[in-house]
Amino acid sequence: MSKPYSNFNATLAIAKASFRSILRSPSAVIFTLLFPLIFILVFGFIGGGGITVDVGVAKGSDVNNPIYKALQSSSVIHLVTDESADQMKKDLAKGHLDAVLDITKNTATWPVYAPVQGKQQQPPFTVNVQYTSASQEKGKILNSLISGMLFKMNSAMAGNTPPAMAELKETTVTVRAYKTIDFILPGQLGFSLLSTGVFGTAFVFLSLRQTLVIKRFFATPVKRYSIVVGEAIARITFALIGASFILLIGRFAFGFTLIHGVVTFINMLILSFIGVVVFMGFGFTVSGIAKNESTVPPIANLVTLPQFLLSGTFFSITVFPTWLQPICKILPLTFLNDAMRQVAFEGANLWDVSHQLFYLLLWGIGIYAVAVKAFKWE
Amino acid sequence: MAKQPIITVNNLVKNYGDFNAVKDISFEVYEGEIFGLLGPNGAGKTTTLEIIETLRDKTSGNITVDGFDIEKDAASIKKRIGVQLQAAGYYPNLNLSELIELFSGLYGVNKTPTEMLEKVALTDKAKAKYKELSGGQKQRFSIATTLINDPRIIFLDEPTTGLDPQARRNLWDLIKEIRDSGTTVVITTHYMDEAEILCDRVAFVDGGHIIDIDTPDNFIDKLVASGFERKKEVKLANLEDVFINLTGKEWREG
Repeated sequence: MSKPYSNFNATLAIAKASFRSILRSPSAVIFTLLFPLIFILVFGFIGGGGITVDVGVAKGSDVNNPIYKALQSSSVIHLVTDESADQMKKDLAKGHLDAVLDITKNTATWPVYAPVQGKQQQPPFTVNVQYTSASQEKGKILNSLISGMLFKMNSAMAGNTPPAMAELKETTVTVRAYKTIDFILPGQLGFSLLSTGVFGTAFVFLSLRQTLVIKRFFATPVKRYSIVVGEAIARITFALIGASFILLIGRFAFGFTLIHGVVTFINMLILSFIGVVVFMGFGFTVSGIAKNESTVPPIANLVTLPQFLLSGTFFSITVFPTWLQPICKILPLTFLNDAMRQVAFEGANLWDVSHQLFYLLLWGIGIYAVAVKAFKWE
Repeated sequence: MAKQPIITVNNLVKNYGDFNAVKDISFEVYEGEIFGLLGPNGAGKTTTLEIIETLRDKTSGNITVDGFDIEKDAASIKKRIGVQLQAAGYYPNLNLSELIELFSGLYGVNKTPTEMLEKVALTDKAKAKYKELSGGQKQRFSIATTLINDPRIIFLDEPTTGLDPQARRNLWDLIKEIRDSGTTVVITTHYMDEAEILCDRVAFVDGGHIIDIDTPDNFIDKLVASGFERKKEVKLANLEDVFINLTGKEWREG
């Protein structure tokens, strides 16, 4: 009874106990680290080389010509030569092939002699390209690639004569390559924070309530806020360690871009902190609504799944129909993912993403207002 | 030694909506005794205990614990009591040492896990999880957590329910030791043989009322004096004595 009671020490004792418990809980480690890393691994390898266009080469197509050689050397175009015509037709319909190519040699007019003035010329080769509506985007890419290629070759063939209309001079500005990992990793980090915040918090508080652990705590001099703060410290610490792991593995194993190095890394952790605090609000709410352990997953999934799918975790929200996009854009995970991508890749500082942070803050205020009402101690 | 009340309950009432769980209960617990609250399920024992433990609000009445009013000084009371809840669990995934550490932090005291586990003979289970313990070990561990803050009073809610006869006897010895070291014990139980052996005084609670309070001896004497006789001839031993005699006294960890 000599020294005064310290709520601070009590809070730390809870944080320490909770942190130990989280580290030993398989589900926490799986959701926070393993799942995101697996997704990163899978997408990191699938999308490693950026976009490729699969082009079937029709049987009987001429392959000994400069056009085919140029296509072969392109890193974007992947030529498929070992399929039957029938198979190609099927794959084209399914979108497995993005186009089928057939180059024919117009032998009759091969220009071995100088072209006769005024006579209608047939070009030496005809390139037939069959696109598919199953893969329109890649069709367009192929179209512009081939057009560009043919334009250059045609100009070269025309020799020194000036072009009829205008000469195209192309230069490419060298930019940082926007790799698949640069898109996937922030999304997976956001997903990791969302799962930790929602599932972790909801399960822990429900189980502490049901097993009367909280009631037993109430029989000690500890204050109620110490219990919440202690739990929060532990969960946030765990989430940030998880985030560091994901960022570092992404950086060193997959070449994830952290544009300003350490500064960007710290900014990413600050964003992670804000994210997990907001998501924990959902967790508190779910723990209050859920009647028992088996009702936690459905309710928590109601919060996490739509965001998992609609918040640009795996693909940009621009792929969704226009009526759905406004919904996608107001989800908290969308704001977090946006902010993280801008910070990591574009080198934005936290002030540059204040728009996203402002909406995250609004979500935070809203959800904690609900959590205070829904949360149950007993 | 003059009997000094350490807990005073006056006209305690607790209503849950229309249901009157506790109807005007008054009693005193003396310092240094083992006080038993006896009665069938739903009699209001646990509710009464939880109000004294400051875990539940009362509807009306006055309660003083070790000189503190439960309304004004709940925080001071919490520092002076140890509470074992019926069917309470402990923080998941932690071993006994870590749980003791946690409770030391919650109470703001410096106790080593070993010193607390020694008191309840669980030092060899220091690295075990709570859920891996046997029923008797769980109860002894619960009691260890109630002793961390060197309380003036501990409250035990049905500590021996579900234990085998050996574990029960083992726990009785532990509770008596705690009493002998100067801590007041308030206990609830359904077992009358236990109350008879363990309790210095008992109160019978039924339907939210206290029917009577006295020492177990006096109660039995009064009943016998009123002309009560057991239907069955009284033997010098009962079946539990046979059980203990046949299976031995030493306690099984199981």
